[in-house]
Amino acid sequence: MISNLKNKLMQKKDILRYIVVFFITLTLFLTAIWLSSFINNYKLNDIKDIQNKISLDISSSETQFQLLSSMSCKDVSASTLSDELNNLAEKITYSEQNIKNQDQVTDLKKYYSLLEIKDYLLMQKIQQKCNMPVIPIFYFYTTRDNCSNCVKQSAVLSQLRAKYPELRVYSFDYNLDLSALDTLKKIFKVDDKKLPAIYMDDKLYTGFQSEEDILKILPELAKYEKARLDAEAKAASSTNKSSTSTDR
Amino acid sequence: MTLAQIMQIILELFFYCFSFLSLYVQIYFLVVFLEKHKEIKIHRSPIKLFENEEDYQGVTITVPAYNEGLNVKKTVESLLKLNYPKNKLFLILVDDGSKDNTWEVMQEYKDHPQIKIFKKENGGKYTAQNLGLENTQTPFLGCLDSDSEVDPESLNRIMNYFADPAVMAVAPTIVSRNEENIVQRAQKTDYELQIYVKKMLAFVNAIHVTPGPFSIFRKSVFEKIGPYRHAHQTEDQEIAMRMQQNHMRIEHAPDAYVYTNTPKTVKALYKQRTRWIYGFIRNALDYKHLVFKKKYGNIGFITLPSGFISVMSVLFLFLFTGYNLYNYVKQKTLIISAVGLNMSTTSFKIDPFFINTSAILFISIIVYSSVFFSLFMGHKILHGKAKFNLNIIWFFIVYSIVAPFWLLKAVINAIRNYESSWTKEIDSR
Repeated sequence: MISNLKNKLMQKKDILRYIVVFFITLTLFLTAIWLSSFINNYKLNDIKDIQNKISLDISSSETQFQLLSSMSCKDVSASTLSDELNNLAEKITYSEQNIKNQDQVTDLKKYYSLLEIKDYLLMQKIQQKCNMPVIPIFYFYTTRDNCSNCVKQSAVLSQLRAKYPELRVYSFDYNLDLSALDTLKKIFKVDDKKLPAIYMDDKLYTGFQSEEDILKILPELAKYEKARLDAEAKAASSTNKSSTSTDR
Repeated sequence: MTLAQIMQIILELFFYCFSFLSLYVQIYFLVVFLEKHKEIKIHRSPIKLFENEEDYQGVTITVPAYNEGLNVKKTVESLLKLNYPKNKLFLILVDDGSKDNTWEVMQEYKDHPQIKIFKKENGGKYTAQNLGLENTQTPFLGCLDSDSEVDPESLNRIMNYFADPAVMAVAPTIVSRNEENIVQRAQKTDYELQIYVKKMLAFVNAIHVTPGPFSIFRKSVFEKIGPYRHAHQTEDQEIAMRMQQNHMRIEHAPDAYVYTNTPKTVKALYKQRTRWIYGFIRNALDYKHLVFKKKYGNIGFITLPSGFISVMSVLFLFLFTGYNLYNYVKQKTLIISAVGLNMSTTSFKIDPFFINTSAILFISIIVYSSVFFSLFMGHKILHGKAKFNLNIIWFFIVYSIVAPFWLLKAVINAIRNYESSWTKEIDSR
C-alpha cells in the first residue's frame, strides 16, 4: 500500500520534471532564435542607415548640380560615394545569404538598385562636365537556377573593382521586381536566359567574362591605372622632397 | 523557389527538431543533477560495510573467457585482490571453448578454495554466464569480462547499495585503462561522459544496461525473470531492459571502478561500437512496448527515446554538416577558378556586421555547452575536480568523424536483420 503510494508520488514528480524540462528547453531555444533575429534586425537597420546616407548624398549632389549648373569639379569626388555603395553591396549580399527575413532584404535590395541607377545618372552628368576617369559597367545576375557563372562573375567583378577604383560596377538582381530596373533591362536588352550579363562599352556581353576579357573590352582601365600610379609616384616623391626639406 | 532552397529549408527544419530534442535530453540530465547532486556518494578511501565478517553477503563472480589466455590471469588476480572477506567471495571461471591456452591457464586455479573452473563448448558469452549462474550458491552474483580488471574497493562500494532492499542490481563505473594513442584518449572522455549520464539515469531509475564487466545482481533477479538470453550480442542490455520491464531497480555506483582495455585502432573501435549500437537498436525494438508507458516509468520516456534521438541526431548532423561543407567548397572552388587564390586585393576588414549571428549557431552553442557540462561533471565525479584536458578535443574529433559511420552501419544492419527476422517469422507460420 505504502509502496504503491510512493510509486504514484514518484510518477507525479517525474511528469512534473518532464514539463519543467520542456519549458526550460523551449525558453533556451526561443531565446536563441530571438537573439538571432534581434541582432539581424539591428544589422538590417544598419543597412537602412547606410542607404539613407547615400540617398541623402546623391540628392544633395543632384541639387547642388542643378543649383549651380556649373558646379566646381573640385568638389566632386567619385571615390567616396562608390566606396559606400560597395560596402552596402557587400552587406546586402551577406544578408541575402544569412538573414532569414527575406522580405525585408528584398526591399533593401530594391532600394539599393534604385540608388545605383541614381548614382549612375549623376555620375554621367559629372563625367560629361568634369571629364572624370569613370567607367560604368552594368552587371545582371540571378540568385535562382543555381547560376554558377554568376558566382564566378561576381568574384571577378569584386576583384576588378578593388584593383581599379575608376570602375563603377552597378550590379542588379535580374529577378528583382522594380520598374526602374525593368526599364534598364529593356534599354540594354537583357535576356533572363543569358545570365550573367554585363553591359559595358555600349554593348551587352552575356556569359562569364574573365578578368582578361573585361580588360580587353575596356582598355581605358589600364590607361587610368597607369595615370593613377604615375600621379601617386609623383605625389610620393614630392612629399619625400618636402619632408627632406623640412628636415633641414 | 529552387530545389536547393527547398532542400535548405527542410534541412534547417530537421536541424531545429533534432537540436530541440537533443537539448531536451541534456537539460533533463541537468535538472536531475541539480535535484540530486547531493546524493552522489563518492568514497575515495576504503569503506567497511560491517564490523563482523559474517555479516557480509556471499558473492559469486563468473569470468567467461574465450581465447583470453593472455588476460584471464590478470582478471582473476584482480578479483582475488578485492577487499572482501575470502569466505564470502567465489569465482567461477568458464572456458567457452577457447582455441588457445585459456584452459591451461585456468588449471592453475583448479585447487583454489574460492575458485571453480568449467570448460564447455563454445556457445557465446551469455551461455558461459548462464553456466556460472547455475553453479552459484550465493545470494549475489556478477560477471567480469576477461579483458577487464576490478579496483580492490569496488565490490564493497557496490554492495553498499544493496542495503536498500529495493535495489536489485548495481552497475559499476567503467574506466578506460589505457591511453596510448588518440583513439584511446578519445574513449577515455567518452567513458567519463557515460559516468555522468549513467548516474543521472540511475537517479530516475532508467538504466538500460548492466555492463558485462562487474555489474552485480541479486540472485533472485534471475530466479524471477529467468537467465541470460541470446540478445543480439548485447545480453547485458537485454537483461537490464527485462529487469526494467519487471519494475526492478538498477543502481549505479560511480565510485566502483572497473578498468577495461579499450580498442586501440579506429577499426576495432568501429567494430565494437557498431555491435553496441546495433544491440541497442535491436533490444530497444524488442522492448519497444516499454516506450511512453506510464507503468514502466522513465526508461520508456527518457532512456529509449533519447537513445534513438542521439543516433538520429548524430547521423543528421553529419548529413547537415556534409551538405553545408559541400556547398561551401563548391562556392569557393568556383570563386578560385574565376579569380585564383589571389586574396591580397580584397583587404580584410573587421566589421562586426559580418559576424555570424544565425539562430542555428546560437542553438549549436547551447547544445554543445550542455554536452561540455556533462563531460566536466563526468570528469569531476571520477577525479573529484573538473579540469579541462586535451582528451576532450580528441573525443570531439574522433567521435564526430567516426561515430556517424558506426551509427549508420548499425542502423543499416538493424533494419536489414529486423526485416529478415520478420520474414523468417512469417515463413515459419
